[in-house]
Amino acid sequence: MSLNPAFVPNSGNGANRSPLGARVPMVDSVDKVTGAGKYTDDLALPGTLAGKILHSPHAHARILSVDTSAAERLPGVHAVVTGRETPVKYGILPVGHDETIFATGKVRYIGDNVAGVAAESESVAEEALRLIKVDYEVLPAYFDPEQSMRAETNLIHDEKPRNIEKEYHHHFGNVEAGFAEADYIRDDRFECAEVTHAALEPHSTLAQFDPSDPSDPSDPEGSVTVWSSTQVPYYLMRTLAATLELPEEKVRVIKPLVGGGFGGKSEVIPLELAAAVLARQARAPVKITYTREEVFYAHRGRPRQIVELKTGVKRDGKITAVEARIIQDGGAYCSYGVVTILYSGQLLNAMYDIPNVKFDGYRVLTNKPACGAMRGHGTVNSRFAFETQLNMIAEVLGIDPAAIRRRNLLQPPCMTVNGLRVLSYGYPECLEKVVEQSGWKRKYGKLPYGKGIGLAGSHYVSGAANAIVRSEIPHTTVDLSIDRSGTVTIYTGAAEIGQGSDTMQVQVVAAELGIGLNRVKIVAADTARTPIDLGSYSSRVTFMAGNAALAAAREAKKRILAAVAHKLATTPENLAMEGEHIVCRDPAWRNLSLTFAEAAEEAVLAVGSDGTLRATGSYSPPASAQGGKYKGAGVGPSPAYSYSAQTAEVTVDPETGEVKVDRIIAAHDCGKAINPLNVEGQVQGSVWMGLGQAVQEEMMWQGGRLMNPGLLEYRSASTLESPPIETIIVESNDPEGPFGAKEAGEGSLAATIPAVVQAIHDAVGVWITSLPVTPEKVLRALEEKRRREELSH
Amino acid sequence: MNQESIQLHINGRKFQIATEPNRLLLDVLRQDLGLTGTKRGCDDSSCGACTVLIDGEPQMSCLMLAVSYQDYEITTIEGVADGSRLDPLQQGFCVEGGAQCGFCTPGMILTAKHLLARNPDPTDEEINQALSGNLCRCTGYTQILASVRRAVELLREAQLQEAQLR
Repeated sequence: MSLNPAFVPNSGNGANRSPLGARVPMVDSVDKVTGAGKYTDDLALPGTLAGKILHSPHAHARILSVDTSAAERLPGVHAVVTGRETPVKYGILPVGHDETIFATGKVRYIGDNVAGVAAESESVAEEALRLIKVDYEVLPAYFDPEQSMRAETNLIHDEKPRNIEKEYHHHFGNVEAGFAEADYIRDDRFECAEVTHAALEPHSTLAQFDPSDPSDPSDPEGSVTVWSSTQVPYYLMRTLAATLELPEEKVRVIKPLVGGGFGGKSEVIPLELAAAVLARQARAPVKITYTREEVFYAHRGRPRQIVELKTGVKRDGKITAVEARIIQDGGAYCSYGVVTILYSGQLLNAMYDIPNVKFDGYRVLTNKPACGAMRGHGTVNSRFAFETQLNMIAEVLGIDPAAIRRRNLLQPPCMTVNGLRVLSYGYPECLEKVVEQSGWKRKYGKLPYGKGIGLAGSHYVSGAANAIVRSEIPHTTVDLSIDRSGTVTIYTGAAEIGQGSDTMQVQVVAAELGIGLNRVKIVAADTARTPIDLGSYSSRVTFMAGNAALAAAREAKKRILAAVAHKLATTPENLAMEGEHIVCRDPAWRNLSLTFAEAAEEAVLAVGSDGTLRATGSYSPPASAQGGKYKGAGVGPSPAYSYSAQTAEVTVDPETGEVKVDRIIAAHDCGKAINPLNVEGQVQGSVWMGLGQAVQEEMMWQGGRLMNPGLLEYRSASTLESPPIETIIVESNDPEGPFGAKEAGEGSLAATIPAVVQAIHDAVGVWITSLPVTPEKVLRALEEKRRREELSH
Repeated sequence: MNQESIQLHINGRKFQIATEPNRLLLDVLRQDLGLTGTKRGCDDSSCGACTVLIDGEPQMSCLMLAVSYQDYEITTIEGVADGSRLDPLQQGFCVEGGAQCGFCTPGMILTAKHLLARNPDPTDEEINQALSGNLCRCTGYTQILASVRRAVELLREAQLQEAQLR
């Protein structure tokens, strides 16, 4: 796994240089550039069968009967499974167990899972799907959340009246008093289209059942091994155990390389369970890999969101109150929905000092694929609305957009009005940096017609302070083993999905032990071999797994130094580890020449066991970061928040309405850049995904049918539509982060969208409040502006 | 469907296989020959992850029938390194962060290899133009551009060294 430095120039592996803050390549980069690295669909076991899923052609229908007999008789078919065999309900949230592996009784969206087949080839499996006869009674369906909320009959889930999955009503401070105090109040409605992750690797799962051991009475069901493209191996293991009705120790989940996640693989996706159920019935390994169209329908992306936002300010720009009514079009199942709607309210105010906040949030069910967590989970559309409205207010009051933000800064350490603890806060510095680098003062309001510049901010959690399933176990644990050659092996459950999880942990451990990266190996994300980590979501890995890795390395260091101190008859306080050597301050040992490997051997011998020194570290967020006690208070709190400020420069063609983004500058406060190369890559990737949502991407529905389930039709940007993205790293050194680090992979996404929207306004004088900003919307707004100006003359 | 015996020339080696005439080159590479570095990211030639070189020209193996390419030299990502020495493009993608999840990387590298073979000193625009058929969802392309630029530098340095040796 580790890099051969001979392959790679300037890899920073030199023993004398600290790997902390070094631009080192990812530890798995050679595997990726040579094609040697294995993703799930690259794996094959002898006799592997092809799995295929029959999807519903109806958006909402009762299943009257399913006849699989013809499919079962087809030569080459080894298993056919329907909802009859899979009654156990599951879902990523304990409050949202509303899915079954295959539909029981009803289908709720076009694409819902009705049956699965395992066969000797994909073509036989497809033929078998065609032979399955399903009788449906089609029901009225709901596609628009505002319409769905008025439903009285034909509810999508019987136990959810008015098709509302969940609603929250929060009120902090006193908004009536806040608005009464305001000199200026604005009310606007914003709409954001639904977008999806579209990770380049389609979801894939390979499942193998080992038959039960007849000599072992405790093993009546056998055990299952599942290789899957998942961000959450631990939750997948638990869900497999629950739905297959197996004890957890009989389920092993291994995560091979994952070709991008962005949240789309951060919960259990139906194919992961279907492959295992089919493998059990077929008594053979089964692999299912989604087609690209199936990936679009599997979805779990960012919901369409309507934000009605009201903000009151004093004449100087100080915000006195904010009130938001937010509706999310959640699709047919809960998924992460309860968390998404809470994030949309809980983080709305929390990067500024706002004393009075009211939030009414509705997560609504519709007959479309379920929405879930997507990069910037829940915060992006609210941030777009808030930052855009703040820019509108700044314009009306004649205040510079940077100044109005400075006027409303938090004063950390502090608690926000809704109970979020903020310790480190690099946002002011982010603002200053982008204002300076962009030439903001020279440009804002001063560029020629058709050219514009915009500014906005955003923030994000560095992991959720409260786990999805509340328990006393740490959020993450990392084990280290050090053998007598001085080789350090990290065992971690954290899921590398291309974001640099493995590399970050290797750097943290190497830095703490004062050794080169080549000395550190990593074994990750195999539930039978690695300790529990909750997964790669909510940008939790650097902060949480990083802290656990650091704690484990500190423990190992303590043991090694104790052994060395004993040998040298000095105290551990006199010893340090740097440059692959043990350094001693004791004058008696001024010329000590003891390598890390020699010291490790000393410690291993002192342990006197099996030739390995072991150390464990874990991380749980402190109680002070876990938020308030009100209903819904658990979502939003994080041990630390990242911050971002951005400027966007655009060219708008007033004849065609076309928007070209020319330049983005993003300053991101990641606490401390353990690996600046990867931090920049994460920030650029976030900004780029935000740009896609700002001006191009949209899930286009006709009723319950997706009209653009392909990467070209979805308009995923190529090199030609992607501007240069300049990044500035701001290091606020969080007091609780590993070496001061916070998240870098999501927080920058949200600022991009309002920055672009303001730049469009700066260019041609119109505010676009509906995403994506298509040429049609720009032209319509310009036309309305012209008409208004004619009327006023 | 009846199988046909075909011979493919891949990465300087000959492979004799029996396959149905309707099989895609992508599937034969991945499923029959274990050359899984060539990726399937879509089903309709949208993404470029399945790019291979056919006599040096980048083409998408998801659009090609294996039986039709018996007389061509096929290069996949597995054939790009020279033994244990990485190609300058592979080095570039490692050190400049061009590969995050890595799924688009084989296609990117092969497409860029064709570009640098024709044009060893491309402008940024020429690089972007050449890579426009290869989609990436991770990087925003900034570090991919830097990776190709780094490869251009490495190639230039290697040529200078070679010239000095002569």
